[in-house]
Amino acid sequence: MDMLKSLLVILMTSVLVNNYVLSKFLGICPFLGVSKKLDQASGMGAAVICVMMLATAATWPIQYYLLEPNGLGYMRTIVFILVIAALVQLIEMILKRYIPSLHASLGIYLPLITTNCAVLGVTINNINDGYTFLESMVNSLGCGLGFLLAMVLFAGVRSRLEEANPPKSFEGLPITLVAASIVALSFFGFAGLVDGLFA
Amino acid sequence: MTKLQNLLKGIIKENPVLVLVLGACPTLAVSTSVINALGMGVAATVVLLCSNIVISALRKVIPDTVRIPCYIVLIAGFVTMVEMVMHAFVPDLYESLGIFLSLIVVNCIILGRAEMYASKNRVLDSAIDAIGMGLGFTLALFLMASVREIIGNGSWFGIAIPVLENYKISIMTMAPGGFFVFGCLIALVNKISKGKAIKKKDFGCASCPSAYMCGKKDSGECTGEGDDK
Repeated sequence: MDMLKSLLVILMTSVLVNNYVLSKFLGICPFLGVSKKLDQASGMGAAVICVMMLATAATWPIQYYLLEPNGLGYMRTIVFILVIAALVQLIEMILKRYIPSLHASLGIYLPLITTNCAVLGVTINNINDGYTFLESMVNSLGCGLGFLLAMVLFAGVRSRLEEANPPKSFEGLPITLVAASIVALSFFGFAGLVDGLFA
Repeated sequence: MTKLQNLLKGIIKENPVLVLVLGACPTLAVSTSVINALGMGVAATVVLLCSNIVISALRKVIPDTVRIPCYIVLIAGFVTMVEMVMHAFVPDLYESLGIFLSLIVVNCIILGRAEMYASKNRVLDSAIDAIGMGLGFTLALFLMASVREIIGNGSWFGIAIPVLENYKISIMTMAPGGFFVFGCLIALVNKISKGKAIKKKDFGCASCPSAYMCGKKDSGECTGEGDDK
């Protein structure tokens, strides 16, 4: 039961309190680039959740069974980015071959994910925070869900922003960033959530 | 283009952060204090310089089909070196930059310059380009960090400013302040350049995170704002 509680705390923390996009600034590029339309935003979010979980499932054993016993901990960055790049390629090939319908809807987002710092960030954070394998998987799921939540919420904000009439020099990206700032502000409301969860 | 123009373009006309909006993640995350921002700027510049020189020197050796993985391995190698040097000599800065030091690997500025410039130009030109872009990145980080630290923390380079330190607006050093200051700085650049700032197509779509989405990657009609227009 205690384990379930701690997993739930990790999940809630990574989805709401320490949202990767809005409070840790990871994955800003797709957040600004792909959040224009709701279907694109949710597609990208779903693809990120898949890749994050698979990347964690691949990199955690590599760190603890391959790199650390051999004193190669410093090779982490190189190995992880290669594993992620290879994994994304592999997923794309498998999807294309066996589930073409899913490939058609998620495929275009996959190449973007290799250079998404949220994916590399979550795998490195799992190691830095000393999570067990199960905790790492839950944390990755939470970060992915948090990313999806931020993307979907922000897609809604942006569709309203279309009709706004900002000053000329604020048009386009600047006003989008200011809107992102307000969305980030709203996530401050979750700050004390986890502390009171099982109090 | 003379060597001086080559150097200056990265700092002003094609500033990677404020004009091209690349590398937004580290910009937003480490600009909470000026010292962090300068540390990040220098680290990224060193990686960019090394990777540009090596990639430019190897541009005839690396096969075209596997060039991106090759670039990533080279960049990751240099990032690891910089990480180890910083861990040894400036442990405080290493701690405060944290994960963003490792994430230089996926910084679009570095991969973008490798793909767009170093893979096509001579070693000396690539080195000058790297220094210019690195300085531009550092300058943008420095500007943003100055605004955020002075308003949010009432200090500059960690030294408290009289009067202001009693009226801290600490939200500026937190996440919303980062987005807000970044938006305002880009608006300021737009205002000064009167919309004449170059578009991303001159920089190339290879590094653009929205390239696959905008669908105009090959025709070169990219508007510079992803699928914005």
